[in-house]
Amino acid sequence: MTDSNAAVSMRNITKNFGKGGYANDHVSLDIYKGEILSLLGENGSGKTTLMNMLSGIYYPDSGEIYIGSKQVSINSPKDAYDLGIGMVHQHFKLVDVLSAAENIVLGLSGKLDMKNARETIQKICDRYGFDVDLDKKIYNMSVSEKQTVEIVKVLYRGADILILDEPTAVLTPQETKKLFEVMRNMKDDGKALVIITHKLDEVMEISDRVAILRRGEFIGTLITKNTDPQEMTDMMVGHRVELNIERPEPLDPKPRLKISGLNITNEEGLQKIRDVDLSINSGEILGIAGISGCGQKELLEAIAGLQKVDSGSIIYIDDDGTEKELVGMDPVKIKNLGVSLSFVPEDRLGMGLVGNMDLSDNMMLRSFREGSGVFTDRKEPHKRAEKIVKQLHVDTPGIETPVRRLSGGNIQKILVGRELYQRPKVLMTAYVVRGLDINSSYTIYDLIVFQKLAGTAVIFVGEDLDVLLQISDRVAVLCDGHINGVLDGRKATKSEVGLLMTSLKEGTRDGE
Amino acid sequence: MTGFLSFIPRAVGQGIPLLFGCTGEIITEKSGNLNLGIPGVMYVGAISGVIGSFFYENSVGDGSMNGFLAIMIPVLCSLLGSFLMGILYCFLTVTLRANQNVTGLAMTTFGVGFGNFFGGSLIRLSNLDVPTIALSKTSAYFSATLPFAKKLGWFGEIFLSYGFLAYTGVIIAVATAVFLKKSRAGLHLRAVGESPATADAMGINVTAYKYNATVTGCMIAGLGGLYYVMDYASGVWSNDAFGDRGWLAIALVIFTIWKADIGILASFLFGGLYILYLYIPTGMEHMELKELYKMIPYVVTSIVLIVTSMRNRREDQPPASLGLNYFREER
Repeated sequence: MTDSNAAVSMRNITKNFGKGGYANDHVSLDIYKGEILSLLGENGSGKTTLMNMLSGIYYPDSGEIYIGSKQVSINSPKDAYDLGIGMVHQHFKLVDVLSAAENIVLGLSGKLDMKNARETIQKICDRYGFDVDLDKKIYNMSVSEKQTVEIVKVLYRGADILILDEPTAVLTPQETKKLFEVMRNMKDDGKALVIITHKLDEVMEISDRVAILRRGEFIGTLITKNTDPQEMTDMMVGHRVELNIERPEPLDPKPRLKISGLNITNEEGLQKIRDVDLSINSGEILGIAGISGCGQKELLEAIAGLQKVDSGSIIYIDDDGTEKELVGMDPVKIKNLGVSLSFVPEDRLGMGLVGNMDLSDNMMLRSFREGSGVFTDRKEPHKRAEKIVKQLHVDTPGIETPVRRLSGGNIQKILVGRELYQRPKVLMTAYVVRGLDINSSYTIYDLIVFQKLAGTAVIFVGEDLDVLLQISDRVAVLCDGHINGVLDGRKATKSEVGLLMTSLKEGTRDGE
Repeated sequence: MTGFLSFIPRAVGQGIPLLFGCTGEIITEKSGNLNLGIPGVMYVGAISGVIGSFFYENSVGDGSMNGFLAIMIPVLCSLLGSFLMGILYCFLTVTLRANQNVTGLAMTTFGVGFGNFFGGSLIRLSNLDVPTIALSKTSAYFSATLPFAKKLGWFGEIFLSYGFLAYTGVIIAVATAVFLKKSRAGLHLRAVGESPATADAMGINVTAYKYNATVTGCMIAGLGGLYYVMDYASGVWSNDAFGDRGWLAIALVIFTIWKADIGILASFLFGGLYILYLYIPTGMEHMELKELYKMIPYVVTSIVLIVTSMRNRREDQPPASLGLNYFREER
C-alpha cells in the first residue's frame, strides 16, 4: 500500500472533533525527501489538523502513519521529534521571556550546556543561511525573527521532515523571499518540506507538488509546474471561482476625512505615528500598506477615537460640507457619525466579539444603544444575524451557537458582516481576510467594493500586497509611523510598495 | 544596640515561615499554577507535624525521646500532610481543570478548618486548662542550636541562634534559585508557566511539571508551618495562632518578582515588619498606637503591590499563563 520511497506516508487518516463533520476523512498523503509539498485548502478544510497529527498535537481516530516503511504511532510532539518530524506552527510556540537560544534547546534532555548548544545552533544557521541573534529575547523580536527561531529550533532537533503552517502570512515580500531561499537550501540538503498555505502565487513559486484538501477530504495532488492557480482554486473550492476583484472608478469622490500633522505616542512611550497627512475620499478605497506594527493600528484607532493623539487634527467632512474635528471626540459620538472600525486583529475574539455569546447577542453589542426602554430588543439582532449567516455563507450549527466554537474564518465573516450592516460613512478594515480561505476572502472583497460603490470611504489595511494593489484606488505606504508615499493603486507595482515599506527614505509620489 | 541585637534574630524567626511559603509558592507559580491554598497548606503542614509529635511524645511518656525520631516523625507527617494537599490541588486544577482561584481559596478555608479541628481535638485529649498543646520536648530538638553558638557573642546571636529548619529554609531558597536559573528542568518549568502550549509542543510533559512543581511547592510551604509551631512558637499549638502569614508569603512572591534568592532577604524584612510594633516605644498611655503599628506589614504589602504592578520590564512580570489551566486540544 505504501510508497517505499516516501519519507512519510499517511493512510486513511480520520479525525473527528465531534462537532458534526469530519476534520479529516480518510486522507492519504505521501511526503518525499528533497521536495517541497504545498498543502492547499480553504479554512476548515483540515490542513492544519492533518499536519498536527503528524507533529503529535492531535491523535488520529483511525488510519496509519508510516515513516519509511515502518508503521508508527505519534502520541506526542516528542514522539514526532524522535521520528524526525518538526512543525512550525502558525501561532509561534515560543516563550517570550526566554532568549532565542534558550527557546531552541527547550524540551531536550541532558545537562544544560548553553555554550555547546550555541555553537551547534550557529553551525545550523551558517549552513542554511539563517540570520539570528541567539541572545535576543523573543519579545524583542520581529515576527520574521521569531519564525527563524522556530525553524532553527526544529532543525536543531534533527528534524528532516519540516512542516510550515502558513509561514508567509505575517511576512513582508522581502522576508518571504528570504524564507523561500532558506527553504530551497533545506530542500537541496535532502529534507522533506510541507508548506501549508492558501496563497496561490506562493504555491506556484516554491512548491514541487500540491496536495489539495476540501472539507476534510483529500481531493488530489498536482505537479506544480503542470498546473495553474485557476485549476487549483477550482479543486480547492469544488466549483469555479472568479479570481478577479472588481475595481470600478470611484463615483463622485469628495473629501471625507482630512488628517493633518498627526502624531501619536503609545503607552510604552514609542512614537507610532509621525506627522501623518492623509485625505480619504468618499466612494474610494484607500489601501494602507506597511509591515505589521508600523502604526496602522494606531492610525485607525485614532480615527475611531480609541487612541490618544499627541498633536494634529482629523477632520470629518459631512455630505453637506460641515466639518467636525474628531480628535478629542467621544468614540460613541464618532461612531454615530458613521465612522466604523472593523479592526480584525490576530486574536479575532479579542476585539469586537465576545466568544461565549451567541451570534445574535454579538449583533446586539453594536445595537444595544438603539431603541428605548429598559429592556433590550432581541428580535431585531436575531434577524440581523440570520441575514448575515445567509448572505456570507457562515458555516454555523445555528444562531444560538457561541461564537467561540466557530472556525476563525466564520468568526471573521460575522465581524465584518456586522460592521457592514451599519451602512457606515467611513469603513476601516484591517487584516480583514487574515486566515480566511480564498472563497470567503473574495466574498468579503466584493462586499467592500459594494460599500465603496455606495459612497463609503473605505480604509483598507492589508498584508497581501497583490490584493491591496488590486482593490485600492490609492495606496498609502506606512513605514515606522511615517507615510512614505501615496501611490496610485492602478499603476503601482508590488516591488515599489515593498521598497517603500522598508526604507525610511522619503519617496513621495502622490497618485492623485 | 542590644535592642537591635535581639530584634534581628526575632525578625529572622518571623521571616522563616514566610520564606518557606514564598519559596514554595514561587516554584508553584513558575509552573503556571496560582495556588492560593498556600495559607491552608501551611496550616495543614503545621497540624500534621503536631499530630505526629503529639502521639510520639505521649507514647514515650516520661521516658527520654529518641532525637532522630523526635525530628523525623513531625517532619515526615508535615511533608505527608502538605503533599496530600498539593495532590488535591493538582488533581482539581490540572487533571479536572477546575478554576485555580476558587480551588485555592477553598483549600485555604479547608486547611485552616482542618488545622483548627484537629488542634481542638488534641487539646481535648491533652486535658489541659489552657486551650493549647505544648510539645516542649519535641520543640527542644527543633530549636537546638550549635553548642558553641552562644559563645560567639553578636555573631552567634545573629547568625547561629536558629534551629536546623531555619537553615534548611535558606538552603532550599538558594537551591530553588539555582535550579530555576541554571538547570534544564528549571528552564522547562519556566517554559511551562510562561507558555504551556509551547512547552507541550517541545515535548515537555506539562502535566508532570505542574504536578511536581505544585506538590513540591506545597511540601516546602508546609515546612514553614512546622517551623512556626515547633521552633518559633516553642512547640505550642493554639488554634488560629499562625494567623495570616500564608497570605503574606503569597504577597512576598510578587514582591520578590518570582526570584527565590531575593525571597530570603525579603522574608526577613517582612518578618521584621511583622514584629516592629514591639520595638517602637509608645508608652503606657498610648497603647492604641501599638495596634496601628501592627498594620505596618499590611500597609507595606499594599504599597509593594502597587509599586510592583507599575513595573514594565518583561522579565519582572508574572509567568504569562499564571492562573490558567492548560488543555492541549482546546481550539
